[in-house]
Amino acid sequence: MADATYSADEMMTIAAARLLRNRMVCFVGIGLPSAAANLARLTHAPDIVLIYESGTIGTKPSVLPLSIGDGELSATADTVVSVPEMFRYWLQGGRINVGFLGAAQIDRFANINTTVIGPYGKPKVRLPGAGGAPEIAASAGEVFIVLRQSARAFVEKLDFITSAGHLDGGDARKRAGFPGKGPTVVITDLGVLRPHPETKEFELVALHQGATREQAIAATGWKLKVADALETTPPPTKDELEVLRALHARTARAHGSSTVAA
Amino acid sequence: MAELTTLREAVAALIKDGDQVACEGFTHLIPHAAGHEIARQKKRNLSLVRMTPDLIYDQLIGMGCARELTFSWGGNPGVGSLHRFRDAVENGWPNPLVIHERSHADLANAFAAGAAGLPLAIMRGYIGSDLPKHNPQIKTLLCPFTGETLAAVPSVRPDVAVIHAQRADRKGNVLLQGIVGVQKETVLASKRAIVTVEEVVGSLDAPRNAVILPNWVVSAVCVVPRGARPSYTEGYYDRDNGFYKAWDVIAREREVFLAWMTKHVMSTADFADYERSIAAEQPKQVSHG
Repeated sequence: MADATYSADEMMTIAAARLLRNRMVCFVGIGLPSAAANLARLTHAPDIVLIYESGTIGTKPSVLPLSIGDGELSATADTVVSVPEMFRYWLQGGRINVGFLGAAQIDRFANINTTVIGPYGKPKVRLPGAGGAPEIAASAGEVFIVLRQSARAFVEKLDFITSAGHLDGGDARKRAGFPGKGPTVVITDLGVLRPHPETKEFELVALHQGATREQAIAATGWKLKVADALETTPPPTKDELEVLRALHARTARAHGSSTVAA
Repeated sequence: MAELTTLREAVAALIKDGDQVACEGFTHLIPHAAGHEIARQKKRNLSLVRMTPDLIYDQLIGMGCARELTFSWGGNPGVGSLHRFRDAVENGWPNPLVIHERSHADLANAFAAGAAGLPLAIMRGYIGSDLPKHNPQIKTLLCPFTGETLAAVPSVRPDVAVIHAQRADRKGNVLLQGIVGVQKETVLASKRAIVTVEEVVGSLDAPRNAVILPNWVVSAVCVVPRGARPSYTEGYYDRDNGFYKAWDVIAREREVFLAWMTKHVMSTADFADYERSIAAEQPKQVSHG
């Protein structure tokens, strides 16, 4: 990125945070989604309801959790429910506005692979697997996805669909009977992608300042379509950057070093 | 009726080779001390069930205790891969591992169905996912009232549940607080249950709707202070996130892993001895939360 005062990762997190609105109910994945969701809570969306699959509802962590069930999430929650209750009443019951997910790989219809690279029975790389994502992707009102853009992550064809986006496009989601709208935005370190209203193929609609169209095309394994009216993401404000950096600094201090030598 | 006993005696008496064993605890309250004892007693051919295999099953898989694994998310949270799990799946080391892969919502429902004495759980799940193509246990059925297609999955009904909790009273009634995961369901779904606790107290003195497991649904209660470490016990000690990061290095290579397990787990008498062993490794950073 040309401007050296902030990193591409910071821009990605900030751009993702801006999409969350106050009082939304957001089911948060660990990692990048968690950073963005908490940045939103600490800036423009103080009353956003953050829910993690460990059962913590309305949690307000002062440091980012390393795991989905850190004590910080429980200690700062409005309530903590069991995991079956979380998935049955709160997610399947239709209480979630936004499912906010990361991914190892996506395709042009924002289907997600977090299971294997290569054949399932003889994987080249065994990834962690589904976790809560398949049902979050199905039942949340809509889904936001945040991940770094590269040809390895944005692939022409997934080896495995763990969590469905828009399947093979068009009205496939409606025909399959999903309760939720599915992915409505993908935020990367280069820009923002949104689905075409008819085909549901994800197209580049905004570039972060300093990123180029050529970069985005090169970092996409399918032939990336670029919107005619390509927007430029406003750069981070001073406040956004300060809050994000303070959050990361607190987190690094809190996660400290091990009690045990490797 | 729960017996107050040592962990060594409980594992010896209640877990047999070939059993289906569910050591539960969702990030919080993971029964690591009990996992060590299962490895130490060289239990074999276990069918392990756990939503997140975590370090506890990475250790058991790497030590050759498991023949199959039912799970829904197999990573080291916030760190990366579980290397022993991956080595078993990708290379069959130290022995081939049959996997039954499901989603969190599925396994949470399946434990609840097991507790409810049902053969199956019904949920709205797996729509558009490739998992059902690779796991024949995941099927669908039509709702007889609305005609909606729903996922049907087998319930989980283990031989043995293993969990960690804050405390028990002298009669063996157990209290869990904080992130309680699927432990109540796991205990009620299982034929036998081993519970390790931080301490035994005169009275649990718990709020009316607290998660309490009465002594007559628990087989053994074992006092093991810090027995969830490097996971945590709310109210007692924090998660040792640094250890989760260190595990990435310990578990990456087979030889390093085996040497670490041999030195700190297989050659120690119990969890307290294990703690002394790892503390000796790096005395300046010993922490007891």
